[in-house]
Amino acid sequence: MFEYAPAPESRAVVDIRPSYRLFVGGEWTDSQGGTAHKTVNPASEEALSEVVWATEADVDRAVGAARKAFGVWSALPGSERAKYLFRIARIIQERSRELAVLETLDNGKPIRESRDVDLPLVAAHFFYYAGWADKLGHAGYGPDPRPLGVAGQIIPWNFPLLMLAWKIAPALACGNTVVLKPAETTPLTALLFAEICQQADLPPGVVNIVTGAGETGAALVNHPDVNKIAFTGSTEVGRQIARSVAGSGKRLTLELGGKAANIVFDDAALDQAVEGVVNGIFFNQGHVCCAGSRLLVQESVAEELLEALKRRLTTLRLGDPLDKNTDIGAINSAAQLAKIRELSEAGEAEGAERWSPACPLPERGYWFPPTIFTGVAQSHRIAREEVFGPVLSVLTFRTPAEAVEKANNTPYGLSAGVWTEKGSRILWMADRLRAGVVWANTFNRFDPTSPFGGYKESGYGREGGRHGLEAYLDV
Amino acid sequence: MSKTDPVRLAVRKTYKLYIGGAFPRSESGRSYPVTSSKGDFLANAAKASRKDARDAVSAARRAFPGWSGATPYNRGQILYRVAEMLEGRRAQFVAELVDAGTGRAEAGRNVDAAVDRLVWYAGWSDKITSIVGAANPVAGPYFNLSTPEPTGVVAVVAPEDPLLGLVSVVAPVIVTGNTCVVVAGERAPLPAVTLAEVLATSDLPGGVVNILTGSTAEIAPWLASHMDVNAIDLTGVTDAELAVACEEAAAENLKRVLRPTGGTDWSADPGTRRMTTFLETKTVWHPTGV
Repeated sequence: MFEYAPAPESRAVVDIRPSYRLFVGGEWTDSQGGTAHKTVNPASEEALSEVVWATEADVDRAVGAARKAFGVWSALPGSERAKYLFRIARIIQERSRELAVLETLDNGKPIRESRDVDLPLVAAHFFYYAGWADKLGHAGYGPDPRPLGVAGQIIPWNFPLLMLAWKIAPALACGNTVVLKPAETTPLTALLFAEICQQADLPPGVVNIVTGAGETGAALVNHPDVNKIAFTGSTEVGRQIARSVAGSGKRLTLELGGKAANIVFDDAALDQAVEGVVNGIFFNQGHVCCAGSRLLVQESVAEELLEALKRRLTTLRLGDPLDKNTDIGAINSAAQLAKIRELSEAGEAEGAERWSPACPLPERGYWFPPTIFTGVAQSHRIAREEVFGPVLSVLTFRTPAEAVEKANNTPYGLSAGVWTEKGSRILWMADRLRAGVVWANTFNRFDPTSPFGGYKESGYGREGGRHGLEAYLDV
Repeated sequence: MSKTDPVRLAVRKTYKLYIGGAFPRSESGRSYPVTSSKGDFLANAAKASRKDARDAVSAARRAFPGWSGATPYNRGQILYRVAEMLEGRRAQFVAELVDAGTGRAEAGRNVDAAVDRLVWYAGWSDKITSIVGAANPVAGPYFNLSTPEPTGVVAVVAPEDPLLGLVSVVAPVIVTGNTCVVVAGERAPLPAVTLAEVLATSDLPGGVVNILTGSTAEIAPWLASHMDVNAIDLTGVTDAELAVACEEAAAENLKRVLRPTGGTDWSADPGTRRMTTFLETKTVWHPTGV
């Protein structure tokens, strides 16, 4: 193996303030009674800054600001709203290195991913929906579809800025105003985005950012003057939100958990499949709702594929997320690390065989080595529950019908992968997999033009593409 | 030697449930009297139980792979066939609607509208994909296509509009490949049972539509909380508290919910919303290359 010299990205491009207030009505405002909480770099446990956990009164103020701005914003010609969004997209591009470094510091993901995946997709998402703002009458929702009003948006910690883009860009393009709550462990890029809104001269109150945890989110969900809730996160919280919204008339879209099958047939290009499996589960430390966390491999090639997969895993580099050579960064939080450990221990206890490459873990920070479980039964917790970490469960199958049966044997239905060189089999499989996204001979691809979202308990509604507009229009 | 009665006694129909293509009584043995708008006794309708609802859900689940896997052309043909069969029983439906309190002329218009609605939806079977699907121009060397797929098993609480309202909520659910369990309007359920006879003779596979009669307030919550039901249409729930309770119960497995809007005009252009609510979008990616 090659030796690598450290190649850390400089963090000098980022200027993190010691503490942040709430972004309401276009300015930084003090919380009414909220407490300050540290946000840490999960790779070092170093405190990066302090943010306030917004109270019900703060949320009320933010919703009020959004309501006030809604009149002006929704009355703007679409072409003007478009230009604001284009501006935002451009500023994101201009400040993309800064945003990428900040994302990596606050989240723990490798700089290679925040720089090459997250940030380009964030800018592209704003560009894409900017272009829709003055073409909504052509989107198939009637000649003059109207916005919903104030959207309350709650996003997770795995792709903080990308999820913000998925939420804010279509909402604003359609003429809504928003109150967005970033995750409590990754608030910093959303707060920097607030600054970008100021730089873009976005009218005050169109975007409001309230930091906080579950209670802040609940205050937003239950606020009577919010017209729409968009949530990305766990299925458990999604259920609670669906329950609280019941009877309120609020519109709701949910993008929740997954337990995707990545299915490899014996005729697949195995080297490509191995890369796809690695990308499927170890991308972003497996903190991906659509991660290919169940590898279904055809029995006849199982041994060969696993050998190649293990060989590939020994070359993955785990460590400093800011190092440009790093493949696997830090687990986002101590709580998440505990959950991954617990499920992995359950995997062993239930009889599956655990394997990780020799992989020294840094002493400080939250880390988990890439891990494979073989001999996994469908009833095992690691085959049923979302681990949301770098843990792959391997199962085998003999026939395509068995592969479909096993792949669909989950309450989730977000994504699936198929690896085979036979075109008709790809389409046959794609027809039968009950999942919102099917990647054939590829995995974990995203694009603003491509609708994303789940079947069954992975939630409802789509983000991306023309379909993504529906969530923010009164149709 | 007995004399022949000059007035022949009519042979009445037993109104039963429609589950999995068969017409069982309620397993509970319960029934409830259905009366005309004037209060005259019409029939004892089956009063479906929780077990009947569960049986209906299993029947709908069993029918789902076949029905959703049928070609859209085939589904369209079958819906058109339903319209034909309904037209053939026009007089019977008019009589039943009159019994339920609709004026004779209005009843005729209702049946005509129900037939026309079926014809309209039949034509959607092979067009909805073109309207709501998309070829997505992603920024990379990938083929990327989004297509609608049926959500699965849909529970439908039908409105108290015994024929046109019923047809207007069932047709959009099944035309795209879903299967359903329908709770017929409680007050006038008899046309629903007769519609089941129409469905049973229209080449519609058993289990695609299952019809329960009985108490809406009793059955709807069981369906709303059933973990093998993927979506619920609450159109026929007029009690606001019941609607909220059903929506809350539906959250347990993230059912897609069509909320009641109240006062739907069943003669108006229905649009595509009733179809799209029960469709999922599947997006398939594949690299391009040589």
